[in-house]
Amino acid sequence: MNENTKIKVEHLDLYIGKQHILKDINIEIPENKLTIILGPSGCGKTTLLKCMNRLTDLYHDVKINGSIFIDNEDVLHTKTDVTEIRKKMGLLSQRPFPLPMNIYNNVAYGLKISGRRNKKALDARVENYLKQVNLWDEVFDRLHEPASKLSIGQQQRLCLARGLAVDPEIILADEPTSALDPISSETIERKFEELKQQYTIVMVTHILRQARRIADYVIFMYMGEVIEQGPAKEFFENPKMERTKAYLQGAFN
Amino acid sequence: MIVLFYNRKTKNRISTAWMYIAISFVVLLPFILGLGLYFKSSLLFSENSLGDLLFSKVWKPSIGKFGFLTFIMGSVWVTFIAMLISAPICIFAALSITQYSKKFYLKIIHPVIDILAGLPSVVYGVWGIIVVVPFISTVIAPLFGAQTMGYSILAGAIVLSVMIIPFILNILIEIFRTIPIELTEASLSLGATKWETIKYVLLKKALPGIIASLGFGLARAFGETMAVLMVVGNMVQIPKNVFDAGYPLPALIANNYGEMLSIPKYESALMFAALILFVVVMVFNALMRMLIVRYDKY
Repeated sequence: MNENTKIKVEHLDLYIGKQHILKDINIEIPENKLTIILGPSGCGKTTLLKCMNRLTDLYHDVKINGSIFIDNEDVLHTKTDVTEIRKKMGLLSQRPFPLPMNIYNNVAYGLKISGRRNKKALDARVENYLKQVNLWDEVFDRLHEPASKLSIGQQQRLCLARGLAVDPEIILADEPTSALDPISSETIERKFEELKQQYTIVMVTHILRQARRIADYVIFMYMGEVIEQGPAKEFFENPKMERTKAYLQGAFN
Repeated sequence: MIVLFYNRKTKNRISTAWMYIAISFVVLLPFILGLGLYFKSSLLFSENSLGDLLFSKVWKPSIGKFGFLTFIMGSVWVTFIAMLISAPICIFAALSITQYSKKFYLKIIHPVIDILAGLPSVVYGVWGIIVVVPFISTVIAPLFGAQTMGYSILAGAIVLSVMIIPFILNILIEIFRTIPIELTEASLSLGATKWETIKYVLLKKALPGIIASLGFGLARAFGETMAVLMVVGNMVQIPKNVFDAGYPLPALIANNYGEMLSIPKYESALMFAALILFVVVMVFNALMRMLIVRYDKY
């Protein structure tokens, strides 16, 4: 394993029923970089992302072969508690899904269930993480209102804050800007560029321009297979595979 | 061409009018029912105060004393215990089916629920007499050191809970199924266990729906007649414990309606019993709506 590799996927196959969704995936995701999983809709990007923190456990009729190593631990076959693995990874989904509680508790939720109940410490952390996502100024005077009252863009930032609050090492983001307006999208993108100093970020997107803007490392998928992967500069300027070239030229749209 | 145009417009007007008639019929129905019951029971009001009717336990129709407390308490006991039995079963069953079980179980549970919901209540009554009543008198009551024939509040409540379970369960399953899976994913990815996710996120999100489904079940339970009256004992007394016989309001109406009609005051009393049922169900409904609004902020 390369020293800077945070996540390594080896010979991963995933079936839902008889459908072969992911086909022999082999990828390495570098630490403290922003890795983009790129590809047209329905190519298995999201499923691959959800394998990493085993949310695939929730789905029916799923069969998975292969390994996903995170810090040399195979998350698919580990005997340690799956909740511990998930804590290592914050998740940002396509649309924000705030928990059915107030703004404060949305951020404090992960901390509370892991046993931290000291009111002052919680207050400080909630404030800290809301500031990190530039939301504090907008909500500090209504922390006890339902989170569902926030705008979609604010909700997505809140979801990022609650993910960061549990001290993850990795951020998994599944098209996190697809439901947002351009300004909110830009806020999230800029936030990611800052956050990659401390976190390994894996982001799924089908927006080529977004990938060009922020990717450090790119994994290109098509029909359940990884076609090409490599540093962003190389990937966009010198794609090796025909399919990649075609996609970059817009042939798939 | 003009004729066709004319026709289409007329048809449109007629169909719109029909819809208004239909909707006003539906909206007016409860008022018509309520008013009818009120006028029919007015004879009773003219000679007894409302307080006496509701809070006196003296039931002596022969001397003109109509106290409904025993029947009200019978209904309250049976309904309350039926809810106590069925609510946890329904909530846990719905969670188990939607959160823990394989898809296969969801597929077989629907026909099972439909069959249970479709059985005539007299069938439940017979099952109560053959199975529940003897089981209470020979097994459950001795456990608590009580003596009973088995025809009791508990028998009525058990039969009733089995009857309302399919209705509540059906709604609850739909409610849990409509909670987006992303909410579960979010909670799990924050390091919550499955149970924590259910307790803090799913149940909270589903709370208005849970209240609504239980309210629906409760209204049904309160008015259910046949199966209950077959097993509940029908003795005019306020039950002191669950092994006592009771006499719920619907049973009172059903048992006496035919034969007592010749006595105007008795008929009026039975109408009043119906009015109580009607008002209680309406008040329940209103309370449920208020609770739902109160908890529906997420």
